[in-house]
Amino acid sequence: MSAMNTELRGTSLREADIREGRALVTEWHPKALYKFDAGIAVGQFLDGLKEGKLLGRKCNASGRVVIPPRMFCEISFQRSDEWVQLANTGTVNTFSVSFVNWDASRRETPQVPAVVDIDGTNPNMGILHLLGEVGETLDEVLQRVKVGMAVEAVWKPAEQREGAITDILYFRPVGGG
Amino acid sequence: MNKVAVLGAGTTRFMRRSLETGREMCWEAAQAALDDAGMTLDDIDCVVLGTAPDAFDGVHMKGEYLLDGAGAKGKPYTRVYVGGGTGVFMVPAGWWHVASGAFRTCLVLAEEKMSSTQPHPQGAFNAIYDPFTERPLGVNLLWIFSLEMNRYMQTYGIPVETIAKVAVKNKKNAKDHPASQVAGDFSVDEIVNSEVMAYPVMRLMVSPVTDGAAAMVLANEDFAKKKGGKHVWVDGVGWNLDTSYWTNRDLAYPQYVENAAKMAFKMAGIKDPRKEIHVVEPYDPFAYKELHHLEGLQLADKGEAPKRLEEGFWDRDTTTGIPASPSGGLLGVGNPIAAAGLMKAIEIYLQLAGKAGARQIKRSAQRGMAQAWGDLMQVGTVMIMGVEK
Amino acid sequence: MKERVAIVGVGYTSLRAVSPDVSFREMIFEAAVRAYEDAGITPKEVDSVIALGEDYREGTCITDEYVPDQLGVVYKPVQTVTGDGLQALGTAWMLLNTGIADVILLEGHSKASNVLHPAHIEAMALDPVFVRPHGWAPTFVAGLEMQRFCHESGTTPVQAARVVAKNKRNALKNPLAAYPAKIDPEQVLASRPVAEPLTELAIAPPADGAIVLIVANEAGMKRCKGKPVNLDGIGWSSDSCNVHTRTWGKAAYTTQAAERAYALADIKKPADKIDFAEVDDAYSYKELQHLEALGLAPEGQAAKLLEKGTFEPDGDLPVNLSGGSLGCGSLHDASSFRGLLEVVLQLRGQAGERQLAKAKRGLVCSWRGVPTATGAVAILSGR
Repeated sequence: MSAMNTELRGTSLREADIREGRALVTEWHPKALYKFDAGIAVGQFLDGLKEGKLLGRKCNASGRVVIPPRMFCEISFQRSDEWVQLANTGTVNTFSVSFVNWDASRRETPQVPAVVDIDGTNPNMGILHLLGEVGETLDEVLQRVKVGMAVEAVWKPAEQREGAITDILYFRPVGGG
Repeated sequence: MNKVAVLGAGTTRFMRRSLETGREMCWEAAQAALDDAGMTLDDIDCVVLGTAPDAFDGVHMKGEYLLDGAGAKGKPYTRVYVGGGTGVFMVPAGWWHVASGAFRTCLVLAEEKMSSTQPHPQGAFNAIYDPFTERPLGVNLLWIFSLEMNRYMQTYGIPVETIAKVAVKNKKNAKDHPASQVAGDFSVDEIVNSEVMAYPVMRLMVSPVTDGAAAMVLANEDFAKKKGGKHVWVDGVGWNLDTSYWTNRDLAYPQYVENAAKMAFKMAGIKDPRKEIHVVEPYDPFAYKELHHLEGLQLADKGEAPKRLEEGFWDRDTTTGIPASPSGGLLGVGNPIAAAGLMKAIEIYLQLAGKAGARQIKRSAQRGMAQAWGDLMQVGTVMIMGVEK
Repeated sequence: MKERVAIVGVGYTSLRAVSPDVSFREMIFEAAVRAYEDAGITPKEVDSVIALGEDYREGTCITDEYVPDQLGVVYKPVQTVTGDGLQALGTAWMLLNTGIADVILLEGHSKASNVLHPAHIEAMALDPVFVRPHGWAPTFVAGLEMQRFCHESGTTPVQAARVVAKNKRNALKNPLAAYPAKIDPEQVLASRPVAEPLTELAIAPPADGAIVLIVANEAGMKRCKGKPVNLDGIGWSSDSCNVHTRTWGKAAYTTQAAERAYALADIKKPADKIDFAEVDDAYSYKELQHLEALGLAPEGQAAKLLEKGTFEPDGDLPVNLSGGSLGCGSLHDASSFRGLLEVVLQLRGQAGERQLAKAKRGLVCSWRGVPTATGAVAILSGR
């Protein structure tokens, strides 16, 4: 492949080329806004959060209790059968200690996202959430959080809940941080 | 099923920010591939294009926008899309256009212009998460990978220093790649002590933001024979998608990669991949992913790829192992998502054709494999090429 | 490549202006359950899956992620064709011809009601440097096209408006349709001007809904109980979508796509061989422009044939018996699945009140909407 071994094409710009107007840019601010229909399963799940309950969905054909809930079972491909109220507790499947925001800017204190396998689901199924009361620095968090650790949900006060995943503030080690 | 040959390939440079627009990069890559094949656009019957999120370029229906540059005006043209897995998937996509007998030749294009998104392309990825159960948590893209990496490390007891060696190897390999953006000699210490992004992911274990395009020309057996010479052929293709409920998965093992690999092995008639695959380009947007994927590809047992790494089994100049990412991969050459995947497939073509120059592996190779991964950490795409003996 | 390929199953939801009671996943699940039942198979028997999706319409980056579960196809080869429904059918047709898959599921849906500013999304398909900064609503492209088409073909706006009246009337007999109505062309012309000569009622409004199709080759058909409808020919093509280089008066992409489809179906005189057609009508004039590009009406004659009643349900070549996008609502790229659905139902004799007495061969013609010049043509026949 001759082309690969000769000079490849493409002109690399630096930040300054744009800042100083050597390369021109056009700005566009997209108005990409959506109002998503929650539907049957997630709608009910969000209602449950408002009441301080974690709801799972059971499929009799596959025998599974799943979270996040769906009104169909992707394994049996049947309409799933019933709602199951799950415990407020779970196990850390995995966690991270994140020092960056969505726009790649740095954070002073880290966030600790985790996949928490919720007790009462079968097989153990997780949801994404944050861990709290586990320290302010990387070393502190690594000392206090272990994969396999038991955690419990810390809820917003009832009057502040709005039917959103953020009605759970975070999960913390069972018995406090 | 018609046999499908690779007649040429090309890429642009991989750059943090290109002067060229997406259309212009497509044109440059297409031209390079056509030149390499000794063909013109008139010889091309159809075009297939891969490009990852529209949010990078900030263009809705990005495939339509790019088509002039992709040489598709007035031709049958389709864009296919499996997220980060798109680049390698372009070879299966080009393959079925020709293998089906529908077309003699196909120009395969992959493009990404990530620099358009402001303030950072990472932001575009927030919308990969579920709008109800995940996005309100203030997610960022790195979480999903750091969570998977940690699960992989914990399950098999893999030290972060070992994973860092993937970055050392690939960044070094990339020094010989003419397109490369972030090649260099780094020590394990430098990688491990680079800035913590989302533990256990450090800055130098992550591939960079890149603009770039890549292209390949495929043709049927009649067309290839008429052109003469010895050809590299597409022997196997595979792809597979796992559930969208990623928090319900076994994060320590990419089952979907195994499924995709087995689909490709079956088509290529490969029974013992560790003997029959001689060079591999596993997808390496993060250092741990190369190891994770080598296991999914059946080239190492579960949890064993790190041990092979320590032994030098994946090194480019190995004579007894299987060189992995001889191109320098995404960690070294750069990661214009779809174009990076196709760059990996192109590397297999170059290695098998003996045209990889300074990157040419030491062991002999008749069969090679490239793989990519994407969507919500759930798709595996695989292609296998072979050369006539 | 003479592998016989057929549609062996169809499943669908009704099409509605809004669908707040179900998520897009639940909507797709409903269509999928019906399609499997119709084809007489379970998800296990599906070899490969192709979904339609454009990120900005879904509000999800990489929409391919959210495809498999509601179709029951976790751990299958699943891909997204970021294109029109017939391009996805073409992809399936190629895969079935390689033998790498024998049964393929196709999924298309629209949740257009969840997009708060659709014109802003569609505007993002315009060139970001040369065109977008003008700040024009993207419908201007259709206004320019219509003006040029009318100029070249001698079609008048009132003639184009008759397409709207016909299709909305046809939709009265389609229980799926979202926008059936009995209106006359004058009402269309009197509706709000959008991009002269285009008025509001001449534009197909969006709808929510999901359609799932199951296609198979000869080997795959043995697994299915459904009544096969043969895919005799298919073609797709793209002209430039660039407003500076596009063809304004004619649908060149349709002509190019039709040439391929007719050649595969061995059709030399399409007007004699096609019994009925579902033709893209995202805007009133598009139906006429597409009919001419397809060779189903001589150049400049589509409007006159329409006035003569040729394209009415009792005419020589009924067009958009389903009600088209004007009567059913536009599903964007999945609109051609609605066209395929109508052709399948007609060829099986399951079209209810709309059923044609003698229908052996139907055609579907698609377009990806403004600003694109991409479209496709499929020809189907009953056994």
